[in-house]
Amino acid sequence: MTQSDLPVLIARTAVLRADGGGEERSFDCRGILLPRNLALLGAALAFSAIVAEAQGQGLATRPGILATLWLWTPVVFGGFLFNLLTSVLSMALGTVAGLLLGLALISLVRPVSRSAWYVTQFFRNAPWLVLLFYCMLLLPFEVSLFGQAVPLPAWLKASVGLALPVMANVAEIVRGGVQSIPDTQWQAADSLAFTRPQTIRMIILPQCLKRMTPPWMNLYAILTMATTLISIVGVQEGMTLTRAALVADGRVELFVPMYLMLLMFFFLYCYPIARWTIALERRFNVKA
Amino acid sequence: MAGFEDFFRRLNDQHGINFSFFYDSFDRGRLILGVWTTVELCCLCLVLSLMIGVVGAWLQGSPFMLLRRVVQGYIQFFRNTPPLVQLTFFYFAVGGLLPRIPDATGQPVPLVSSFEWAVLSFSFFAGAFNIEIFRAGIEAVPRTTIEAAESLGYSRLKAYIYIVLPLAFRISLPALNNNLVNLVKTTTLAYAIGVPELLYASAQIWSEMFNVWEMMNVLLVTYVALVGVLVWGMARCERALRIPGYDT
Repeated sequence: MTQSDLPVLIARTAVLRADGGGEERSFDCRGILLPRNLALLGAALAFSAIVAEAQGQGLATRPGILATLWLWTPVVFGGFLFNLLTSVLSMALGTVAGLLLGLALISLVRPVSRSAWYVTQFFRNAPWLVLLFYCMLLLPFEVSLFGQAVPLPAWLKASVGLALPVMANVAEIVRGGVQSIPDTQWQAADSLAFTRPQTIRMIILPQCLKRMTPPWMNLYAILTMATTLISIVGVQEGMTLTRAALVADGRVELFVPMYLMLLMFFFLYCYPIARWTIALERRFNVKA
Repeated sequence: MAGFEDFFRRLNDQHGINFSFFYDSFDRGRLILGVWTTVELCCLCLVLSLMIGVVGAWLQGSPFMLLRRVVQGYIQFFRNTPPLVQLTFFYFAVGGLLPRIPDATGQPVPLVSSFEWAVLSFSFFAGAFNIEIFRAGIEAVPRTTIEAAESLGYSRLKAYIYIVLPLAFRISLPALNNNLVNLVKTTTLAYAIGVPELLYASAQIWSEMFNVWEMMNVLLVTYVALVGVLVWGMARCERALRIPGYDT
């Protein structure tokens, strides 16, 4: 590789080389280490708390901002845990449904694959919030099962609402994974007299699993962030509780630190997932 | 037109299928305003987020380590926190700290309106993704092309604008497509801070007319149509920009 002797461009080439180039590293975020990043966020939180403290100094009778923040932490964290619970439930529902839909997508029966394609495109392209509203308002609050009235709580309906777009995305991931397996694998299975269901179950899917894991985890991170949407349709979770705490305390200077705290919870949960996804992608050498 | 309105009025009276905005001019006005606000929101966010993406991707190639770190921090923060909490944070927390200024009638109004916060917040959110997308595109531009630009005496900025970006943009288009579709869907979150966009208008209509089922389907169809228009436009763009013989 010839080095340019034009001084203006040497820096650029050095940067390019340092970054290593390469497709699978394109979403790399080297240079930003996790602890340092955490320190930065912590500093932002502390700074906002101190600023808020300074603002609220006229009211000497009230407890300090940091103390108040600490007081409300369990409430906000509890709400955040509920977000996680919802995300796990929706992901489980969405993955099972998505797997079935994905298998329908690759079906050889034309009407099946065609209608599965329409379902997938529809749920992928409709906004999450609209689908959530759809489920919240149109599902009944109780269903009768064998003559028994079974209540459908709001959080369950919300999870179903979030599971719908997840299902469509998982179906796409399954289809993409199956398509990435070389045709020779199918032919080899054919020559060994495997039936189509056997080929899919015993040969294709086990190989896809590795490739499907990174995008699946990515989807999970997106879903976790989307769980805050359920606050809009009236399910109590992290955001609702944060807002309730702010209203209860009634101090304007608490707004920034409190919301930053909630943002930090999400960041601390999602950022490691993002890092892990990148690491897996690199290990399995999946092209972005 | 009158026959058209009568048809939907009859549909409501006889079958209970209430598309109120087809015969009620007040509802129609609200819905059209909602659609218009959503389109406006989408267009503004699209342009702003693309600008953030282009500038951010350029800054990421900067020789200054600190600058790269700052951009990287911005990307990671906005990619790994929920957009709804970001929006709430901007609108309630940051917006609450900003001073209020009197408008034409002397009423104090917030410095940045809810619509403007929505535009800013979604642009930052989508912009963070766009930077990563453009960066991937830039890295896919062959080194030899950059070397050729170097040998012709292009500066870093000039080479970026005239050589790297046009090629990187074409490579990035499919990923960009995905992100922009996501952006259109994310604009529904503006509902949470009371921006009168499509979802908000529909919610107003269904809470007054009790036609949840009808409005829900109208909403879904409208959003699918909006996304359809965007995808169609992007496909046109992709075809128009294709360089014959340059396969990426």
